[in-house]
Amino acid sequence: MPERIPKLDKDIKDKLEKVGIEMDKEKRSAIFLQVDQNVETSSSFASGVEMIGIKQALGKYDWLHDYYWKVVSKDKDQYTKEVDVEDVNGYFIRSLPGTKVDFPVEACLYLKSPKKQKVHNIIIAEENSELNIISGCASHPGLTTGMHLGISEFYVKKNAKLSFTMIHNWETNIEVRPRSAAIVEDGGIYISNYIIMNPVKIVQSYPTVHLNGDNSTAIMSSIIVAMDNSIVDTGSRVIIKGKGSSAEILSRAISKGGTIYSRGDIVGDSPDAKGHLECMGMMLSEQGSIIAIPELEAKHPNVDLSHEAAIGKIAEEEIFYLMSRGFTRDEATAAIVRGFLDIEIKGLPIALKKKIDEAINLVERELI
Amino acid sequence: MLRVVNLGAEVEGTPILNHVNLYIKEGQTYVLFGPNGNGKTSLLMTLIGNPSFKITYGRIIFKGQDINDLSTDQRVKMGMGISFQYPPKVSGLKLIDMLFNCAKQSGTDPSKIYEYAQMLNMEKFLNRSLNVGFSGGEVKRSEVLQLLTLNPDLVLFDEPDSGVDLDNIAIIGSAVGDLLDRKKNKDDRKKSGLIITHQGHILDYVDADYGLILYKGMVACVGDPYDMLDEISKKGYEGCVEKCLKGFQNSIKT
Repeated sequence: MPERIPKLDKDIKDKLEKVGIEMDKEKRSAIFLQVDQNVETSSSFASGVEMIGIKQALGKYDWLHDYYWKVVSKDKDQYTKEVDVEDVNGYFIRSLPGTKVDFPVEACLYLKSPKKQKVHNIIIAEENSELNIISGCASHPGLTTGMHLGISEFYVKKNAKLSFTMIHNWETNIEVRPRSAAIVEDGGIYISNYIIMNPVKIVQSYPTVHLNGDNSTAIMSSIIVAMDNSIVDTGSRVIIKGKGSSAEILSRAISKGGTIYSRGDIVGDSPDAKGHLECMGMMLSEQGSIIAIPELEAKHPNVDLSHEAAIGKIAEEEIFYLMSRGFTRDEATAAIVRGFLDIEIKGLPIALKKKIDEAINLVERELI
Repeated sequence: MLRVVNLGAEVEGTPILNHVNLYIKEGQTYVLFGPNGNGKTSLLMTLIGNPSFKITYGRIIFKGQDINDLSTDQRVKMGMGISFQYPPKVSGLKLIDMLFNCAKQSGTDPSKIYEYAQMLNMEKFLNRSLNVGFSGGEVKRSEVLQLLTLNPDLVLFDEPDSGVDLDNIAIIGSAVGDLLDRKKNKDDRKKSGLIITHQGHILDYVDADYGLILYKGMVACVGDPYDMLDEISKKGYEGCVEKCLKGFQNSIKT
């Protein structure tokens, strides 16, 4: 961790380092760190990217109130209501029109005290811009109880491209209930990647993307590993309204004793909507379960929606095949599990691809 | 190189190999003929140690060592290799990563991988998931490419030429020839092979030393592979086996 954030406790720094939070300005275009309700750091190193705390942003821009609680409803459920409070904090990230920044933005939300962390984020990719965000969420080692409630509202303007990669690193006692939604305008592309591989008490979220614009695209991928006693209930919903728009939802779920609900829903509400949903699950333990719940809804005769779902144990035939090339049984199992988790995510910058690989490396040993 | 002594094997309690005897010396290549469902693939699977194939009696001796109790990877580390007729798809595992692993096993210089890939016209597939979306010919070329990189001493081929067009057979045939030292002088050949084929197309490129017919789980005939192929095409397997087995009819129980 660079000297830029010197006032952090050593154990927080250690944890952030362990989970791979990168705050080096040589590698990131902007950084943000919030511990509990306090913004510890927020700065941008690239001219096309704005990164400030949400409170500061709401004071700075009157127009931002039009984006606040717009795509996520305040009254959605008890958890959204809980976030509608004075001391809420979070980040405001915006890429200016026509800008394209090479390095990703890093935003980290850290839960230190055993209270509820309440977060409200707004992300805007202005017209013709490209913005790549890594959001790492982590909790303090040994935290015995805690809850993270996060509202995230994404706006992808005309012909903009926004990729949002969220990597969760919680502990066994933490309850996590994010509420996210996005609006994508004409020609916009929204790519979301969600990765959780460490133990957690419960994660429950069901982000919704509204493809309102014509020729807009959403690609939603999740990589989920549920360890003993963890409950991960997550998925993505895409509502296709624009002409010529398409959605893809991909998930890979591994249960090593935990329970996974892998959800997905594509609503084809434009005459030529296209969508594909894929849920693949692998059971690596006698305990736990994986429940795949894919849903498709067509509202016009010419929509083209499909889904495939398969859950099983690791294929003995594949293990034997790899052993016939000299892999030991354990090496073969590891290679197959790793391959299973490796979703080809189109349009993802190399730095983010690397980040996902690192996250997989970190848990590989525990899986086998 | 390989000595199979009175080998019997079964799958889920059903016998599939009966009293098989086979002796392949260093530098020799055998061709394995036989009707479908008569044990050819089962023999290869038993030799390489597929856990579904259980040895019920007899012994497999490889390089002078009894390998009955060795796992597949241990046999491969000793120098066995196999190309499958229908290998599984392994999504997410790239061909190039499999090849790097093969090179590590055999001590092959990794730069050779690209040379072999070019030879087999597989460069475009290196970053693709293993066998996912590969055509029949591509699967066979990928198998042979992996074997070239693994560089085994005894190579087992399960129908490297079936479902493959003529251009591809030439490419595969040439690589199989390399793998089995067939382009070297007879005395300089170190590699041994066992090739399953139906049509025998591969024999246009690989001059095998002997042919075998596996019939009802037993070795029914041994002889010149080209004569044998000729006989089979004229008389069919039944006729060929009948001719071979004259004199020891009692050994076949139908």
